[in-house]
Amino acid sequence: MSGAHPLLSLKDIKVTFGGVRALKGVSFEVNPGEVHCLAGENGCGKSTLIKVITGVYKPEEGAEFLFDGKPIAAMTPTLAQSLGIQVIWQDLALFGEMSVAENIGFQLAVNGKYGLIDKRAIDAAAEKALARLGVNLDIHQPLKDLPIAQRQIVAIARALVGEARLVFMDEPTASLTQSETDYLIEIVRNLSASGVAVVFVSHRLAEVLEISDRMTVLRDGSLVGVYPVEGMTQSRVTELMTGRNFDNAVIATDHDDAPVVLSVRNLTRHGEFSDVSFDLKRGETLGITGLLGAGRTELALTLFGMRAAHSGEILLEGKAVSFGSNRDAIRAGIAYLSEDRLSLGLNQPQSIADNLVMASLDRILSGGLISPSRKAKVVSRWISELGVKIGTPDDPIRTLSGGNQQRVAIAKWLAISPKILILDAPTVGVDVGARAGIFEIVRKLAAEGLSIIVISDEAPEVYFNTDRVIHMAEGRFQAVYDPRQISLTELESAVYA
Amino acid sequence: MRRLVSGHTTEFTLLAVMVLLCIGLSFGTDRFFTISNAFDVLNVSAVNIIFAVGLLVVLISGGIDISFAVAASVVQYVAVLALAALGGGNWAEGFIIAGVVGIGLGLINAFLVYRLQIISIVATISTFNIFFGLLMFFTKGVSIYNLPDWLSNRVVFYEHEMADGSWVELTLPVVVMVLCCIATSFMISRTTTGRKLYAFGDNPEGARRFGINIGAMHYISFGWMGLMAGIAGLMQAHYAQEVVPNALYGRELDVLAATVLGGARLGGGKGSVLGCVLGVLLVSITQNGLNLMGVSPFAFKMIVGAIILAAITLSSARFDKLLPDALKSSARKGSQRS
Repeated sequence: MSGAHPLLSLKDIKVTFGGVRALKGVSFEVNPGEVHCLAGENGCGKSTLIKVITGVYKPEEGAEFLFDGKPIAAMTPTLAQSLGIQVIWQDLALFGEMSVAENIGFQLAVNGKYGLIDKRAIDAAAEKALARLGVNLDIHQPLKDLPIAQRQIVAIARALVGEARLVFMDEPTASLTQSETDYLIEIVRNLSASGVAVVFVSHRLAEVLEISDRMTVLRDGSLVGVYPVEGMTQSRVTELMTGRNFDNAVIATDHDDAPVVLSVRNLTRHGEFSDVSFDLKRGETLGITGLLGAGRTELALTLFGMRAAHSGEILLEGKAVSFGSNRDAIRAGIAYLSEDRLSLGLNQPQSIADNLVMASLDRILSGGLISPSRKAKVVSRWISELGVKIGTPDDPIRTLSGGNQQRVAIAKWLAISPKILILDAPTVGVDVGARAGIFEIVRKLAAEGLSIIVISDEAPEVYFNTDRVIHMAEGRFQAVYDPRQISLTELESAVYA
Repeated sequence: MRRLVSGHTTEFTLLAVMVLLCIGLSFGTDRFFTISNAFDVLNVSAVNIIFAVGLLVVLISGGIDISFAVAASVVQYVAVLALAALGGGNWAEGFIIAGVVGIGLGLINAFLVYRLQIISIVATISTFNIFFGLLMFFTKGVSIYNLPDWLSNRVVFYEHEMADGSWVELTLPVVVMVLCCIATSFMISRTTTGRKLYAFGDNPEGARRFGINIGAMHYISFGWMGLMAGIAGLMQAHYAQEVVPNALYGRELDVLAATVLGGARLGGGKGSVLGCVLGVLLVSITQNGLNLMGVSPFAFKMIVGAIILAAITLSSARFDKLLPDALKSSARKGSQRS
């Protein structure tokens, strides 16, 4: 290997879109075979930088662009491919109806000699790429039958067929469970051991720290710095990314004297969760954590009336309730913020205002029709109360950032004046800075007397933001912790063990 | 072998349904299970199969076409009038004119879908109305019965009289249909163009990132459909020995149903020539069998509809959905979380 010089070296990269500087003179270096992390909040310029490197955008005059020590005058997407620069986008860009081999060897199929396909060469290339990753997959099965983690592997293998030397992975773990993430990390290690440099773009800090050798942090289009990962802590990375210091402190308080709002007794749904019992008091925030697949979301959906329990009881303010559907639960004052904001929680093409009143339409009626003035009143009240940053309420909700979208999604449920608010993975796809804002809202609502359940697979999130933490695994409550009497490390080792 | 079956579940289900249907019909009527009847079914189905393989290419690339059957009627008229102007013409000229006019009509659809960004179902419903409207307006609904002799005389490649006195005939439409199937199958499964069509239909954004020319995909798929529609139109004129402006009106839905029945996915990215052929044949066999059994023709559509529903349910049903909740919960959890 050419150990003397970096594989990729950029200096003074500036990019401007319509008068806005997206990159303000950024430098970036990747060494051969290293795992490098590119970190920063949404909009900091990470994607713009990747697009400069792959030739989609041109940097302004004065930039220096070296690949393998040689200057590159004008990068184009085709040149980037032939140099072995590959990007694995978050959506993977795979073909679901094709087989694993056809996906991995797609470039070979498209460039076939005389316009014909050589199936044997494609199969061989697929086998070879998978073998290099140390993975055993049936290459003839359709891609759509594979779980998302294995599709990632297919996307990586496809990059290898293109003789990759530098692979960018954009948020590769966003939809993976913990064990799938571990598996992916091992694959990335194999890849880097075989001499391919990998640049990881991620907001999930834990795995970034686990896998990378070095990290480059961007903020608002500028370089914050390049740091060795060894000795780095999550809170330090957050500080570098946001420029602010979030002093995490336990907020747990006692609610012994408060009345019980929700009481769950031996609730069971076969194959999902069993023998779940807890009390939720007025103004209390209860955290439920555990790995993906622990039965957390299934429990929440049952409390929300979308699934029927097979046995056990739900008591709301002392009275046993039985919900036929979530309409009954909503009427009884239970609100549930879905874990999947993009496809389930919000109607992306619709306006902010329409999304916000979606759950409370019956409260803005006048003579059986939607009253525009009542609707406007509800919308402006919640937008100002939750501090949502918007242009006008008629803009489509997809124009908002993840954090602001989540605020609207919460407002949608607050508009029904719930007694209990269940937040399922409320910070997925939300920037570190905006997460703190969401939990400020949670704290305020709890102080006003709302009872809240926060579900998250990130133990620190519930540790710092709830009064009690329940650890759930394999459908059962394992233990209840008081954050004041346990350290975060102890909680994490219990949950991630 | 197991991989062959699991990779082509739709085709195998259809085949199984067809075998069951044939067994049932051969008990129902003694005329059904004869070689000459099998050739009859093929002769009758040839035109629809040619349409179906053309439509298959459009479906694979993620589009849909409603206009192809009336486009074929337009081709018949234009071709017959042009051949008369050429002083009679011959088979070679006939195929060239039909093919070129058919491709031209297909490219109009591609232009609307690609350039004007009209979704294909709306664009082709519009051209369906425009093509048919223009045809009825200019022909005033008048049919053409005096076709050139070469076009209306039956071309038989093979004939043989069976012991019972019935005839086995292999006619031109069947031979052309086989050639169209081979050509389409080669194009979609052996060439880089075919692979790009599948990719574009499966994940347009993914295909774009690979630098696939999106415009070319539209023009190729609708152009191929147009070529097949042109050839099918010529074969139908030959088979019917006349050109009637509304003869093919309504075929589009029969062919579409048969093609989807054969495993082509309306969302794009999936489908095979074998599936198309089986889909069309299943419908034809049903009609043929009902005919031989003496069922009233007024009941045909109803029964054909029911057979299509049954076959599509069998080939796409998730049987676990029919199980009671308690039994399936563990299985489903496994599939979600794996």
